Amino acid sequence: MRNWLRFLLLVLVARPLALFLTGADVSGRERLPLKGPAIVAANHSSHVDTLLLLAIFPSRAVARVRPVAAADYFLKDPVIGWFSRRVIGIVPVARLKAGSGEDVLAPARAALAAGDIVVVFPEGTRGDGDELGQLKSGVARLAEAFPDAPVTPVWIQGAGRVLPKGEVVPAPLNCAVLVGEPVAWAGDRHAFMAKLRAALLALKAEAPPLRWS
Amino acid sequence: MDLVSTVRAFFAAQPPVLLLGLAGVVALLGAAGAIATVLTALKPGDAYRELRQRIASWWVMVAVLAGALLLGWQATVVVFALISFMALREFLSLAPIRKEDRPAILAAYLILLAAYGFIAADRYMFYLVFIPVWTFLGLPFLMALLGQTRGFLTTAATFHWGLVTCVYNLGFAAFLMRTPEAETLPAGAAGLVFFLLLVTEFNDVAQYVFGKLLGRHKIAPTVSPNKTWEGFLGGWLATGLLIWFAGPVFTPLAGHGLLVVALALPVAGFAGDVTMSAVKRDIGVKDTSHAIPGHGGVLDRADSLTFTAPLYFHLLALFALGKF
Repeated sequence: MRNWLRFLLLVLVARPLALFLTGADVSGRERLPLKGPAIVAANHSSHVDTLLLLAIFPSRAVARVRPVAAADYFLKDPVIGWFSRRVIGIVPVARLKAGSGEDVLAPARAALAAGDIVVVFPEGTRGDGDELGQLKSGVARLAEAFPDAPVTPVWIQGAGRVLPKGEVVPAPLNCAVLVGEPVAWAGDRHAFMAKLRAALLALKAEAPPLRWS
Repeated sequence: MDLVSTVRAFFAAQPPVLLLGLAGVVALLGAAGAIATVLTALKPGDAYRELRQRIASWWVMVAVLAGALLLGWQATVVVFALISFMALREFLSLAPIRKEDRPAILAAYLILLAAYGFIAADRYMFYLVFIPVWTFLGLPFLMALLGQTRGFLTTAATFHWGLVTCVYNLGFAAFLMRTPEAETLPAGAAGLVFFLLLVTEFNDVAQYVFGKLLGRHKIAPTVSPNKTWEGFLGGWLATGLLIWFAGPVFTPLAGHGLLVVALALPVAGFAGDVTMSAVKRDIGVKDTSHAIPGHGGVLDRADSLTFTAPLYFHLLALFALGKF
């Protein structure tokens, strides 16, 4: 066991907590990748997204699941940093250094090369939970580097209501998690991003309505 | 004391009629499972997948509820509090709610805890007024303090509807477990709850089966297109007969009281089903979630119970129970 503490916390704490807060109403669970290298691309509106994605993988795969997270946010505090690395198992991305010439995706590529299932939120930050924001192309560069790795789109409906950006106390409300068919690497970044966006929006259209105004 | 004698003593302490009733349900489910297996063998593939899923979920629900009833009122209150929580969470997730109402959502869950607290503390009068009077006034006051007046009345009504159906009404089933030993109960307090669950779910299934077999004339086409007069009347007759003949075995009901329950309870079950369908249609969903494979959400399964539980409780209180 690579990290038994992480495994126990994910199975014995994260799962019941996710079930309590969201009901974890997953459809298409059988489409989740069980071994790496694989990429899971989800929309992002809440920290609950990460909790939910870690909670819905079967026990035999969960040790391999690694969410990509912003180094500037999750590693700035030593306690949260330890928790983020050891328990959440994040792959840190220095998003503030993007465009500076430094290869900010190197840790994610290393995780994929090691056979991990890398979870990315292509919006790059938490949105308002209603609309899919602009997608950043980092996921396309990962897919290009690992063209045989499946890129599984996941739409999470309602996590932004459980714990919106800026709130501290979560309010239990059902979240639907819709797992789509993997999107294949399309040979070029633009075409791939368009396909991924269309796949996410198609899943969103199937999700139960959010009557939240 | 070794394990075998502990288990033997546990079952020996139960009312024999209750154990017989549970054995009957297990036999029924076993028969349904055998039929589903035969059907699948005759026509392999996905044709009967949902039927098998549905039966598998019935086993889980029966195991959880039977276990709670046999363990006593504490376990039953906890299980019903969880059922209410899941139903309320489904309701609040689907109903139109304003972004400012997050504190009201949290308050609704605290109200659920308090209501079940009154059941655990056996404070019947507190329970009776807590949601219909004090929550009815207090939660809108909290929402007024939150300051958003757009859609105020609609949202206050939405919260109240959810709390009364999912918490207050379902809670009556758990409150039956607080009926004292001193009352004449042929199958104990658990027998009262067992019979409520049995006839409510039997009514659901009977209406469905009669509707599938004989259904011609739609009863509420704009709300619930699958409901027919034939299904409703067939279910009414079958469930009424079940209540008339099995009622005296599990409850202290007899004579007039039994007749009223036999006539009214199947109608209440139907009413709960149709009313919740109207809510779902308004919201724009078919099922309230996928929490119970083959059945849909908790609220899909418990919709009739939100109507039958308070009616059954009050008819029992009127005709047969001294405490309430």
